[in-house]
Amino acid sequence: MAPEGDVHGVDTAVRAMAASEAPGVLPKAPARGQPRKPWAVALSAVVPGLGSLAIGRVAVGVWILGSWTIALGTLATSTEDVASTLERGGVGDWIALGTLGVTLVGAWLWGILDVAVVATRPVKRTGVSQWRIAGRRFRGNRLAMIGLAIMVLLYWVTLLAPYLAPYDPNFQGNIVLNRYQPPSLDHLLGTDKFGRDVFSRILYGARISLTIGFIAIVISVTLGILVGAVAGYFRGWADTAIARFIDMLLSIPRFILLLVIIAVFEPNIFVLVAALGLTGWESSARIVRGQFLALREQEFVQASRALGYSDGRIILRHILPNTLAPIIVIATLGIGNVILAEAALSFLGLGVQPPTASWGSMVNDGRDAMITAWWISTFPGLAIVLTVVSFNLLGDGLRDALDPRSRV
Amino acid sequence: MTGFILKRALLAIPTLLGASTLIFFLMHAAPGDPTSMYIRPDIDPAVIEQMRKNLGLDQPVHIQYVKWVSSFAQGKFGYSFSQKRPIADIIKDTLPNTLLLSGVAMLIIFTLGVLIGTIQAVRQYSLLDNVATVIAFFFYSMPSFWFGLMLILLLSYKLQWLPASQMTSVNYEFLPAGEQWLDRLKHLLMPALALGVGAAAGVARYMRSGMLEQIHQDYVRTARAKGLSERVVVFKHAMRNALIPIVTLLGLYFPFLVGGAVLIETIFAWPGMGRLIITAIFQRDYPVVLASAFVLSIMVVVGNLIADILYSIVDPRVRVEESEA
Repeated sequence: MAPEGDVHGVDTAVRAMAASEAPGVLPKAPARGQPRKPWAVALSAVVPGLGSLAIGRVAVGVWILGSWTIALGTLATSTEDVASTLERGGVGDWIALGTLGVTLVGAWLWGILDVAVVATRPVKRTGVSQWRIAGRRFRGNRLAMIGLAIMVLLYWVTLLAPYLAPYDPNFQGNIVLNRYQPPSLDHLLGTDKFGRDVFSRILYGARISLTIGFIAIVISVTLGILVGAVAGYFRGWADTAIARFIDMLLSIPRFILLLVIIAVFEPNIFVLVAALGLTGWESSARIVRGQFLALREQEFVQASRALGYSDGRIILRHILPNTLAPIIVIATLGIGNVILAEAALSFLGLGVQPPTASWGSMVNDGRDAMITAWWISTFPGLAIVLTVVSFNLLGDGLRDALDPRSRV
Repeated sequence: MTGFILKRALLAIPTLLGASTLIFFLMHAAPGDPTSMYIRPDIDPAVIEQMRKNLGLDQPVHIQYVKWVSSFAQGKFGYSFSQKRPIADIIKDTLPNTLLLSGVAMLIIFTLGVLIGTIQAVRQYSLLDNVATVIAFFFYSMPSFWFGLMLILLLSYKLQWLPASQMTSVNYEFLPAGEQWLDRLKHLLMPALALGVGAAAGVARYMRSGMLEQIHQDYVRTARAKGLSERVVVFKHAMRNALIPIVTLLGLYFPFLVGGAVLIETIFAWPGMGRLIITAIFQRDYPVVLASAFVLSIMVVVGNLIADILYSIVDPRVRVEESEA
């Protein structure tokens, strides 16, 4: 018998799930409920994260200390950039400076707060929510945490590109002397056929890939939710029509559809984002539809209908929040695919147009000098692999945490 | 069984019609029309107008659409602007090459994937399993075009084992018959590997989990208890059941293969449909783009049909449920 007030039976199910979990699978809860230790707070105030490490909150400490060290290191190596930003900085420079400042101050505050407040909070004994359980399971997944760390670092790099890049991505220098330089201390990953620094271009290319990936996935998942919700909630002819339409779309291979769209409209970054966002929503629509079909028959939805709520309210306030978990997973895994598709299109010359640095077009640039200058194609490709791996690790970890049954 | 196949085939027709409609109207949204590339100051606008009339571009969209669909249904794909020959001929030349490439890639995907996944499941949590999982994860996240280039760099340029492009060597005509086969095989190996390896990593993942599910079942324990050898237990008992869900992946990987073929054919100068569509896009040869997108869609639909049929063969429950519904 479900306890009073547990309308969805969710709480009981979750508790049963948590109880059935083998010991050791659930990570040890971070050390909490400690008395406040002023020396640890002081330690964290001097070196953020050190205090957390000292009182046994290792994972949090590593995160804080890591981000603080990286930010400080960046600041130390780019004093000239900071000076030039203050003097005559563009928007990108100011964003970079802001990011750096936010990271430093944020890490410092987080470090103090973690020791002074979070660690002293008493351990909650009741009311563990589904999300909290998922979060705990996610934090215990080392691979997923690595994926998250890489992803955070990548987004951080995109914001800080002007500071981190040793050269301007389109700076050619003395083209005769400077082209096809192998990797060296001057040019970490070598130079391309125009004498441009490959490392700097990869850093700026991360901007393109990650921004496009993020925006396109937001568009396509939103579209998928809309279509899936309509099909699953209203059923009937709407469902049939949508199912047929999806079948039809799926019969055109996504990449071919992308090619046709981009061939029709001139290739530029906006068309690219729109095309990537408007294709590939089918899988999220299908999943949302399935969830809606199942949830609309549940008692809590029937209750809201009996209360006379409008369809819109039932869909948005009652059903949609319950489908959030699979949507998050599919969006994360989808970003990897979008980044791959963008790289492939840019590789073919149908994506981001030169001279803007994009990983796909950089791989293509290196094709005509594969024998003499292998580094031009190799490193941007590695950047793609690293990025997609991190998103896939993150997505897998989220799926395992949010829906352990669907584990592959 | 025939009824089931027929029903599925009939269902595919409206899908294809819809797909072709979508492609047609997308193409129609393009600014300008095929005659605009002839517009030059020294050409009389009346000539352009006449061309539009000859090509039927002056007619309303719906008339053009009906004409286009009916001619497609008869296998008339029109005329290529850039190659100056019927598109049906071009497709006849290129389609078999793409089918060969994706067929061999499919073979690689499933043999490699099933084999690795099975070995991983049998040796769960061993060093081999962990290493294979990590490697598979990287291949799964790897852009196929980059992997293809790396293969060329390593196997063609550095080691000089395999040729980097084309389907045959320059001196193919003068080789004895036996060596001709070898030559074709050598040219085929690298593109097929580049095309298939990412999906093979995916299949290995599914196969591993499917196999693990089967291995812990009672019937496998019974088979072991009977004293059957491990080989028979794994390959004859467990693997057969683990393969059932893998068959559905077959249909899933068709669009993936077709999209990948565009990139791989471009890199390896493989004269197939993918390369055709890319060159046509750059030459603004819209009829060829339309026709090849349509043919590739047919490939996907037919592939799905085959997957459905195969699935109903390995798992007859599907058929029964269909006919009852």
